[in-house]
Amino acid sequence: MRIDASGLHYRQLNQQIKAAVAEGETEFELVNVCGHRYLGSGIDQPVNIRVEGIPGNDLGAFMSGPRIRCSGNAQDGIGNTMDDGLVVIPGHAGDVMGYSMRGGCIYVRGNAGYRIGIHMKSYLDKEPVVIIGGRVRDFCGEYLAGGKLIVLGLDQPAGEPLVGKYCATGMHGGTMYVRGEVDPALLRPGVSATEIGDDDRQVLRDLLAPYCAEFSLPLDEIVGGLFVRITPHTARPYGQLYAY
Amino acid sequence: MDMHRLPPFKIHAACGTLGILDRTRAAVPAEDIVRGMANMRERGNGLGAGYVGYGIYPEHADDYCLHMMGLDDGARERLRSYLQTVCNIRHDEPIQTRPTPTIHDEPILWRWFVQPREDKLAGRDPEDYLVNVVMTINRDVEGCYIASSGKNMGIFKGVGYPEPIAEYYRLEEYNAHCWIAHTRFPTNTGGWWGGAHPFGLLQWSIVHNGELSSYGVNKRYVASFGYECTLFTDSEVISYMLDLLCRRHRLTIEQAALAMAPPEWEEVDRVTDPARKRMLTIMRQTYPGALLNGPFAVIAGHDGGMVGLSDRLKLRPLVAAEKGARGYIASEEAAIWAAGGQPEKSWPVVAGQPVRFDLYEAKEAAA
Repeated sequence: MRIDASGLHYRQLNQQIKAAVAEGETEFELVNVCGHRYLGSGIDQPVNIRVEGIPGNDLGAFMSGPRIRCSGNAQDGIGNTMDDGLVVIPGHAGDVMGYSMRGGCIYVRGNAGYRIGIHMKSYLDKEPVVIIGGRVRDFCGEYLAGGKLIVLGLDQPAGEPLVGKYCATGMHGGTMYVRGEVDPALLRPGVSATEIGDDDRQVLRDLLAPYCAEFSLPLDEIVGGLFVRITPHTARPYGQLYAY
Repeated sequence: MDMHRLPPFKIHAACGTLGILDRTRAAVPAEDIVRGMANMRERGNGLGAGYVGYGIYPEHADDYCLHMMGLDDGARERLRSYLQTVCNIRHDEPIQTRPTPTIHDEPILWRWFVQPREDKLAGRDPEDYLVNVVMTINRDVEGCYIASSGKNMGIFKGVGYPEPIAEYYRLEEYNAHCWIAHTRFPTNTGGWWGGAHPFGLLQWSIVHNGELSSYGVNKRYVASFGYECTLFTDSEVISYMLDLLCRRHRLTIEQAALAMAPPEWEEVDRVTDPARKRMLTIMRQTYPGALLNGPFAVIAGHDGGMVGLSDRLKLRPLVAAEKGARGYIASEEAAIWAAGGQPEKSWPVVAGQPVRFDLYEAKEAAA
């Protein structure tokens, strides 16, 4: 189903998509998208949605199953509290991506902004995965409780940090992988940054295979690079704060 | 006058900002910026919208243009009486408007092209003098507020959504090479005509998304240099700060940004280059009163171009883009697409680092 979004308010556009999903439609092509918010939000079917243009904030928020593929950049709040599905961004992503995300994958080919993957969490077989091709800014992985957050540092100027300040502040679960050096001054207390082992490399290979396929990137070369793994010292960093 | 007309329901949103500069001074049609603002309707709630246009009064390019908002019918004559004592009024006329369905309770809108009176200047800097005139009007001339006071520029703002405000002010009749616009979602103060953005003083104008938790400190700091905040909203102080830092203290835009959004001390401690460390330390020690704390994203206009600046933690969105001679800064990239199509290049503004678009002629003059 092809929908021309020009002239449509996001509510109308999302209502049309949801009505068609209820009728059994599984393939969507949205053209002339320009700032339409909440695309894919609240849909619990594994439908395919192609987005031509620039989607609005909260792309894929609260969604559980759709696979959204964009044509270029995307704005803030991608995958807010997303439960399942896939979001693919060939360009750059804005701030607060993957906030409280608890399942599914977000793949960004370019850079991403501030507060990426704040308080992502995992439970039983649910494990969110966020992969950024370029670099991220401050507060990446703040309060991270679960899932995998991977920063590849592709196409970056030499010497530029791949993560920003306050990285992994309050992290108490999950794993961050950064493909390159991480200045310890950018990390907050309570986390360790170590070189990865063979087990990690296999984990990365499994997670990066579909990412590399999506963007036609050389998997072996990317997996083979230097990776730093950031993990929390404890699952309860503030456990002693109120009970000393 | 009912200035606090609140809608009967809550709209979750945040302010929206957009600036477009044509660096060759070619006219940017007002409909472009209106289309971009309409795209961000969700970011405002109808309690304030406005525009600033640069290059709009070429026939009076050397005169300061005061845009007056008068709250009653006598305001204009009260202002005329005062202005005659301090300025030569070269020309004055109504700001043209048209009746627009959703726009009501509008103030008296009048523009005055003025020069400081030579006999009153007495050797003072004419722009310091003009600042004093504007502050005096806002404080002492009953029911009169000056929305803008620069040369060859003007601010058009009021209570409403951006599209009807543009229609009301007949913006399509102006040739501006730079438009900067705002749609307001007031958080801490009511919506009224004088509290809509942009705010302006002399050549500077600003639109602001966010709230200044440091407002009290900033207000007192600029007050010590003779600037008085009278418009019942935090954003006003930023335009005075820019005039203070860039004109009176002769800071560059980058230095002013450093005063307003300096790196944290922890970061200063990590700087290895001693000269830079010393400079950052001096700036922080000199300008504690200029530090804008809390979330903000600002687009500022001036005679030479347009600047975007966000707070140090990037608590409000700001994106920049380029397409040909045009530079764009906006709250959302989609607004830029809506205003002028897909840009050639777009990038998120980095926290605390100004992004600036200069008129090409300004760059040539500097080179």
